[in-house]
Amino acid sequence: MTPTGTFRPVIEVSGIRKTYGDIVAVSDISFTVGEGEIFGLIGPNGAGKTTTMECVEGVRRPDRGVISILGLDPFRDVYKLQNLIGVQLQQAQLQKRIKVWEAVDLWASLYTKTVDGDRLLDQLGLTSKRNAWFMTLSGGQKQRLFIALALINDPEVVFLDELTTGLDPQSRRAIWELVRGIRDRGKTVFMTTHLMEEAERLCDRVAIIEHGKIIDIGSPEELVARHCPARTVVLATLNVLAEESLHRVPSVETITRQDSRLTIQGCGDDFVTEVIGCLSENQIRVTDFRTVLPTLEDVFLKLTGHSIRD
Amino acid sequence: MFRGLFKLTWLEIKIFLREPMGAFGSIFFPVLVFVGVGRFLGGRIRPGLPSAAGFVGVGLPVLASVLISLSGVLSLVTIISIYREGGILKRLRATPLRPQTILTAHVLVKLTLTVVTMALMVAAGKRYYPVNVDIPVFSFALALLISTWSILSIGFLIASIVPTARFAQPIGAAILYPMLALCGLFVPLAALPPALHRVARALPLTYAVSLLEGIWKGEAWSAHLGDVAALVFVFAICTALSAKVFRWE
Repeated sequence: MTPTGTFRPVIEVSGIRKTYGDIVAVSDISFTVGEGEIFGLIGPNGAGKTTTMECVEGVRRPDRGVISILGLDPFRDVYKLQNLIGVQLQQAQLQKRIKVWEAVDLWASLYTKTVDGDRLLDQLGLTSKRNAWFMTLSGGQKQRLFIALALINDPEVVFLDELTTGLDPQSRRAIWELVRGIRDRGKTVFMTTHLMEEAERLCDRVAIIEHGKIIDIGSPEELVARHCPARTVVLATLNVLAEESLHRVPSVETITRQDSRLTIQGCGDDFVTEVIGCLSENQIRVTDFRTVLPTLEDVFLKLTGHSIRD
Repeated sequence: MFRGLFKLTWLEIKIFLREPMGAFGSIFFPVLVFVGVGRFLGGRIRPGLPSAAGFVGVGLPVLASVLISLSGVLSLVTIISIYREGGILKRLRATPLRPQTILTAHVLVKLTLTVVTMALMVAAGKRYYPVNVDIPVFSFALALLISTWSILSIGFLIASIVPTARFAQPIGAAILYPMLALCGLFVPLAALPPALHRVARALPLTYAVSLLEGIWKGEAWSAHLGDVAALVFVFAICTALSAKVFRWE
């Protein structure tokens, strides 16, 4: 998790539950976030991600359960905690006519320790927007400003809630780079997303959450290996004997043919090597060859029985 | 405790003045109307007519102050509900800003704007109105601050319970403006039927008007301690209730 390989917990959540009237937003959630990692809560809208995060931030109080962050109780020690964390809230807004520099200046005045606001704006590519009103910023610029505000106090832990929702792919990639930059400076990042690609590219570890419960926790690779061990090779060949030869490879499970295209599924770490070995041994000429790896999307589908977008 | 209060208040004043109608609508427009009416009426009022002089000399300035104060309160209700709906309150609250700091800043903005508008009014009034009374400016400003402060707390209570920003302005107006009819400005309290008189005694605006009229006429504060007590009482009740029911999101 951390570059040195030691796992030092900065957030420990154990058995929290939160209800709004009859609705159970979070039913029983426990997890630990280590220092210097990017930890993601992933799941569909309404799964309880934001509620969980807001309990850890001290914005909400869970009905039950214990949370410790940087050794503090987030609800009781909220004012002490706020100096140590940076927060970006989902769908937050600022005053329409507040200028970018004014927001940074106000935030900077609130914390005991701050970094240079102008440098931060420069790093986030907002220098040219310094005097712009909040309402005139694009979605990506607003999110970058919120990241700046979350970083102004040089926090130990940064919370990012649905950071790239509603952004175009280009801004999204730019923001991912920024988040990696935060981690590279030794900060811990706790984020939520319903975008599996985002979790896969960004998070060191993820917790899959649905209906207020955590279904599994691990690195994206671990989760894929655990739940979707099947590997797939797609190749194109005109050799009519190819299918028969490949069937003799022990790790191959199924082969489906569509014209000249074979989709081969199998299991185990040696699967791809064995397929390649078989092709070269039998001198099968292929015009296309690619492996398809399962993604978190597939893991989610497997674990919940439905796609995250449903 | 109130870290950031000054900065936030100053920022909110700047933001308010950037609104398309912000400065003009809330500060200059009332003064312009006041001056316009004054110039029109001023030359026509015969000094010998006590009722006309009474209205221009006391009723008009007090009515103007109460209206300014009420529009400040309504604007507070609207701003708070817009901030809540847009998630701005929630965002501000997730900083070391204390909740009371955020709300106090808005009250200070409204009090400041009310005082600035009144100062301009008094200056304009002295210049354009024929009634040459010696107005206790500082006492009156203080009375207006106390009244506005008290009515603002009612505004906060309204802002705590309005469901959405769309309803904030009409609900606020529906609660506040009817109080004007019974507050003693248009019909003397003594002339009201007993039932309405009791209603009037229950309305906070009645005490604000009584205090403002008295101080404007040069009466002593000691004669209006009851009014001040009633206004403080309203403030205490409304603040305590808002603290219980205020929603941040």
